[in-house]
Amino acid sequence: MSTVTATEPNHAKRVIVAWVVLSAIATPLVALFAGPAFPPGNASAQGAQQVSDNTWMVAVLTPIICLLVVFFAYALTQFRHTGGELVDGPPLRNDNRIQVLWLVASAVVVLFFAGFGTYELLQNGSGGGQGPSPIAVPGGTKLPVQVIAQQWEFTYRYPTYGGLETSELFLPADTTIEFHVTSLDAIHSFWAFELGIKADANPGVDNVAFLETKGPRTFHIHCAELCGLWHGYMFSTGHIVPESQFTAWVKQQQQNFAPVAKYLPPYAKTYYPDPQRRAG
Amino acid sequence: MSTIAVAQRPPVWRRLVGFNLLTGCLLGIGGWYVGWFAAHGIVGPSIAYFADVDYNELSVFMAYTCGVLGFLIGLGFFNYPFARLRGYPPSLRVKEGEGVGRYFGLCTDHKVVGIQYLVGIGFFFFIGGLNAMLIRIELLRPDHQVWPAGTYLTIVGVHGTMMMGMFTSGLLGPFGNYFVPILIGARRMAFPRIEALTFWLLMAGGVILETTIFFGGFPTGWTGYAPLNVQSNPGMDCYILFFALVGISMTLLGLNMIATIVTMRAPGLTWTRLPIFVWGVLTTSVLMVLAAPVLIATLAMAMLDRTAQTSFFVAAGGGSAYLYQNLFWVFGHPEVYILALPGFAIVLEILPVFARKPLWGYRLAVAGLLGVTLLSFFVWQHHLFVSGINADLRPFYMLSTELISIPTGITFICGMMTLWRGRIRYSVPMLFCLAWFFNFLIGGLSGVFLSDVPSDVTTHGSFFSMAHFHYTVMGGLVFTFFAAIYYWLPKMTGLELNERLGKIHFWTMFISFNSTFGPLFAVGFLGQPRRVVTYPHNLQFLNVWVSVSAFVLGLSLLLFLYNFVRSLVFVRVPAPTDPWGSKSIEWQLPSPVPVHNFDRIPVFSTDPYGYGETPTSVAVPAGAPAGRD
Repeated sequence: MSTVTATEPNHAKRVIVAWVVLSAIATPLVALFAGPAFPPGNASAQGAQQVSDNTWMVAVLTPIICLLVVFFAYALTQFRHTGGELVDGPPLRNDNRIQVLWLVASAVVVLFFAGFGTYELLQNGSGGGQGPSPIAVPGGTKLPVQVIAQQWEFTYRYPTYGGLETSELFLPADTTIEFHVTSLDAIHSFWAFELGIKADANPGVDNVAFLETKGPRTFHIHCAELCGLWHGYMFSTGHIVPESQFTAWVKQQQQNFAPVAKYLPPYAKTYYPDPQRRAG
Repeated sequence: MSTIAVAQRPPVWRRLVGFNLLTGCLLGIGGWYVGWFAAHGIVGPSIAYFADVDYNELSVFMAYTCGVLGFLIGLGFFNYPFARLRGYPPSLRVKEGEGVGRYFGLCTDHKVVGIQYLVGIGFFFFIGGLNAMLIRIELLRPDHQVWPAGTYLTIVGVHGTMMMGMFTSGLLGPFGNYFVPILIGARRMAFPRIEALTFWLLMAGGVILETTIFFGGFPTGWTGYAPLNVQSNPGMDCYILFFALVGISMTLLGLNMIATIVTMRAPGLTWTRLPIFVWGVLTTSVLMVLAAPVLIATLAMAMLDRTAQTSFFVAAGGGSAYLYQNLFWVFGHPEVYILALPGFAIVLEILPVFARKPLWGYRLAVAGLLGVTLLSFFVWQHHLFVSGINADLRPFYMLSTELISIPTGITFICGMMTLWRGRIRYSVPMLFCLAWFFNFLIGGLSGVFLSDVPSDVTTHGSFFSMAHFHYTVMGGLVFTFFAAIYYWLPKMTGLELNERLGKIHFWTMFISFNSTFGPLFAVGFLGQPRRVVTYPHNLQFLNVWVSVSAFVLGLSLLLFLYNFVRSLVFVRVPAPTDPWGSKSIEWQLPSPVPVHNFDRIPVFSTDPYGYGETPTSVAVPAGAPAGRD
């Protein structure tokens, strides 16, 4: 703003002061109050980590929003021209300092986001599907649970309990779960919204996602990838229950499962249904 | 001259016989039946599987292919090649003259094609908008109520496909075709027949997509993911043919634009004097030429999967559903920048006129456009963050996606610094450009959440991403589309649009647009997946709010239509040559622009943004001797 003349007020200074004041007020408020209210919530380690990720991002974005709000509010009111005749503004064509400042600032923000996002991702996988060979693996023992999507429902298999297959999802509390998501027909997506886990179910693909559960609760499961006619109805409810209750539930399911087990294919990472066999 | 021409006009019936839209439609329908029965003759009787149904996939594809060929024959696209084969001399121009008839057929005048595009795309935009209203009617209540589930998905799919397909040419078609030759001081496009072909292919595609309802619609949305598209109704074939025709049209349009801009600039119009809009068209054309062929190839594979029982995308047959997703988004992500980039350029083109200042940081702005062009080819797998494909590459795609906000930010700083200390007038085009900053800021910042893998796990595939891309595409492209209409229509038609109605249109559209798509971020964050026919009851209030806002948004667009028809048909106030006081060359020509644009090719000595500078004008008016400054 080297061309500011003596007769004009120092517009740049006004904007910068207003921006700094507004950002100083808004950023802590957003970080403290808006950030933690972000979904998906603290029902799992992955969900909690997404909330902290969202909080950081929205806190960094707040000063940027403040800058644009202040700039436009100032520019659109102060530089408004009324009256019929056309008056030209000062022919400012460039200012290298502003260009460099803007580029450096946006590059810093971008690199921060990318670095921070990568760091958060590698902590525990953030609940996203990572394909057959995951890179972000939480430590400790894990309970494998297979999610089999088909048009238009999810079924679940527990390989550690003899390939037990159920139509309801029960998970033990305070456990690390290793989901293996696959599909029998179209592409689906296994989305347990409150837990912050989403993994696409592709036919012929074993898509692994990790979840560290916390206390007991119920949660909703949606299909999040358009999979045909009844996609909108492909939802159900899942349960996180205490360890003892989970063991009891498994026992009961195994009894129900025993007579039908021989009709099912053995547990595998993926399944290839016979394409010639048409559903009834 | 014109009175003599009127006296010698043949009767109406005689004028309807010939190569025009009517003949094109008749031959198109005829060709459709020829293809349909020919394909039945080939496969229908011979394969038992097809024998008990009335159609087969091949007959649908052949019917439409022959229909399009008949349509093009009827329009006269094959006359010239045959004339050349029979030894007639080469000619660049077809049906360039006066009269309404030239709008209903093959015309090589780039200004006629521009107006054809405006009306044609406007028509399909209207249909796509009606589909959006039908979607919002269904979502007024959480339970499944108005449309059968299949019909609902078809409506969703046609809305998305129509908008994404048609609006790839939404700014380049009308305004690129009309103004690029004028802005670079040329009298025509490099390939005038190709230019007309791109338009008529797009129109044929639009009709084909609409006819999907006769074949059971398609359930895949605009992405058309395999293997769902392999098991779908024959309506899926209409989707494939539509997008393939759009792809061909895009490729040709892009090649034509690149050839025109590179080879046909007037003397003195160096790369640094080019209007920024032309730069926007050039970079978009590069995206079109490189991205659209991937789409055509992908759809060809999908077509083979459906007709010849190949299994490119069927896992049980050895294919991979990932392949389709990968290829589709290799096209699909540049495609969303095909939608956004001309919007950037129009904002930067219009801001200097209404801020009365030169475009700030011209070279930086061009670098921004080029940066978006380059980076947009390296980000596509952010659509597949949770799909399980290439999990170890996710940090790279997170970085490349976030890097693209640097060139986008360049557009912001150039626009903002152009406003700085300007003499801003709030005419309707300026209001739409300013709204772009607001919309694209929200669209861009919500994109940060989608580009960040941990956050994307929740937002991906939810209404959040849907709100995000409506902010960038509708807020970024449709708003600049209207800015361009209000800005350039006086030049294209020689008539003024009503300013007062325009302002009412702007404010109702701006407010209802934000009231529609703003709450959808919350709806997505609260767990509503995209493209669902039913949703949790606790989200009903937000959904009803969104639906009502969407209806107001629809009404505001009807208000524009009213203004458009009223100003151009009934009131007809002649527009002055340069109503905005712009220094760009198109405003130095008479309105509407004469058929051959310039009597002499102009010579340029500066860029068109010399507000507050001397010498003031660079443009040479029509009829002026070449070289006058």
